[in-house]
Amino acid sequence: MRRAFTVVTFIALAAATWMALVYAPTEPLMGHVQRLFYFHMGTVWIATVAFIIVFVASIVYLWKQTRGWDILAYCSAEIGVLFLTITILTGSVWAKPIWGTWWTWDPQLTTTFILWILYIVYLILRSSAGTNTRRAKFAAVFGIIAFIDLPLVYLSVRVMRGISPVVFGPGGGGIEPEMMHALLVNLAACSLLFIVLLLERMDLEKMGDMLARLRARES
Amino acid sequence: MNKIWAIVKKDLITEMRTKELFTSMLTFSILVVVIFSFAFAFSTGLIKFAAPAMLWITFTFAGVLGLSRSFALEKEGNAILGLLLTPIDRSFIYIGKLISGTIFVFIVGMIIVPMFAIFFNLDFVATVLPLIPVVLLGSLGYVAVGTLFSAMAVNTRLREVLLPILLFPIIIPLIVSAVKLSSLVLEGKPLSDGASALQLLIAFDIIFVAACAVVFEYVIEES
Repeated sequence: MRRAFTVVTFIALAAATWMALVYAPTEPLMGHVQRLFYFHMGTVWIATVAFIIVFVASIVYLWKQTRGWDILAYCSAEIGVLFLTITILTGSVWAKPIWGTWWTWDPQLTTTFILWILYIVYLILRSSAGTNTRRAKFAAVFGIIAFIDLPLVYLSVRVMRGISPVVFGPGGGGIEPEMMHALLVNLAACSLLFIVLLLERMDLEKMGDMLARLRARES
Repeated sequence: MNKIWAIVKKDLITEMRTKELFTSMLTFSILVVVIFSFAFAFSTGLIKFAAPAMLWITFTFAGVLGLSRSFALEKEGNAILGLLLTPIDRSFIYIGKLISGTIFVFIVGMIIVPMFAIFFNLDFVATVLPLIPVVLLGSLGYVAVGTLFSAMAVNTRLREVLLPILLFPIIIPLIVSAVKLSSLVLEGKPLSDGASALQLLIAFDIIFVAACAVVFEYVIEES
């Protein structure tokens, strides 16, 4: 069952890549570099979902205190950081020819950057917090606080910059149907990939637990 | 209420007898001011723009010194056990710690602000007085998150090193709005000009005092 799912995901990813690179028409103003946007949107979508999962799993963990929710939060955070890194990198590569700079402190970018740092800190906290239950509690607390902080971060960046919402995006309203197809297929493929990675990563974590238990019994 | 006050009083008395935190926080702040004035020695025009940011950088870094001791002190001699054994809700311990911490950080802030005014030749009355509410609101939000993380950090392998790493990304909204308000004050404008920044600062305080008081019980533990 799991293997079949993985195969489907692989096929979906191949299709998504093909659609982004070949099927979708070339954007008249930006050229081929615009094709990065399909992956950009896919990864940022997954990062968002992953961090929401961290938040929810953290709350449930503090309530129920079972290891399963901790594993879910941890693995989700890890994958979220990975995908957000890809988002930032693809965005940067796209921005260089289009905006003429790798990076700008625009509200959306700044918020994304702080989001990225917050979940890296989450991972640092986990690696430093010792035993299992303590680590899980601390991480859950930070996962909740960090998520609550995000809307405030976004508002604060807006306050600093003055109220000038600048919406950058592929085409805005005039997006062609083929582009939309490519985008939707990419979002779907990324979602599948996320599920596969999350399940595998959680299995790995559970195996790690089992190994630790066996070792403890042996010694 | 009495129970909270007892914790606050205990912290204040400890500090009054040792004066460890104040001396280190103040010395540190003075050093930062000296470093800044060397760094900006030949560009006095810049200071007016940079002063709010410098003020809050000094404040944040000095505050970390105090916060990291807040629970490290309790761990010495396992004093935390006494706190935990008292038959009160854990969030009362948090509120007590929050109040005493805010008092410390606020006092340090109110010493840093006039120091800035003197060293960087800012208008004394016009800057110091309107900054009092900003420093107070800033201290409260800062200590609200800082107390929670301080209790976490002392129980990790990295200890005090972890505190700023946890704290700084979370307090970005607080610092941004405080810097914005401070620069308004230095430009001689009323605080009401920065209504959105002020709202944000107050919202930050309310949200994090409430949220941290709720989750605090999961963070504090013996040994």
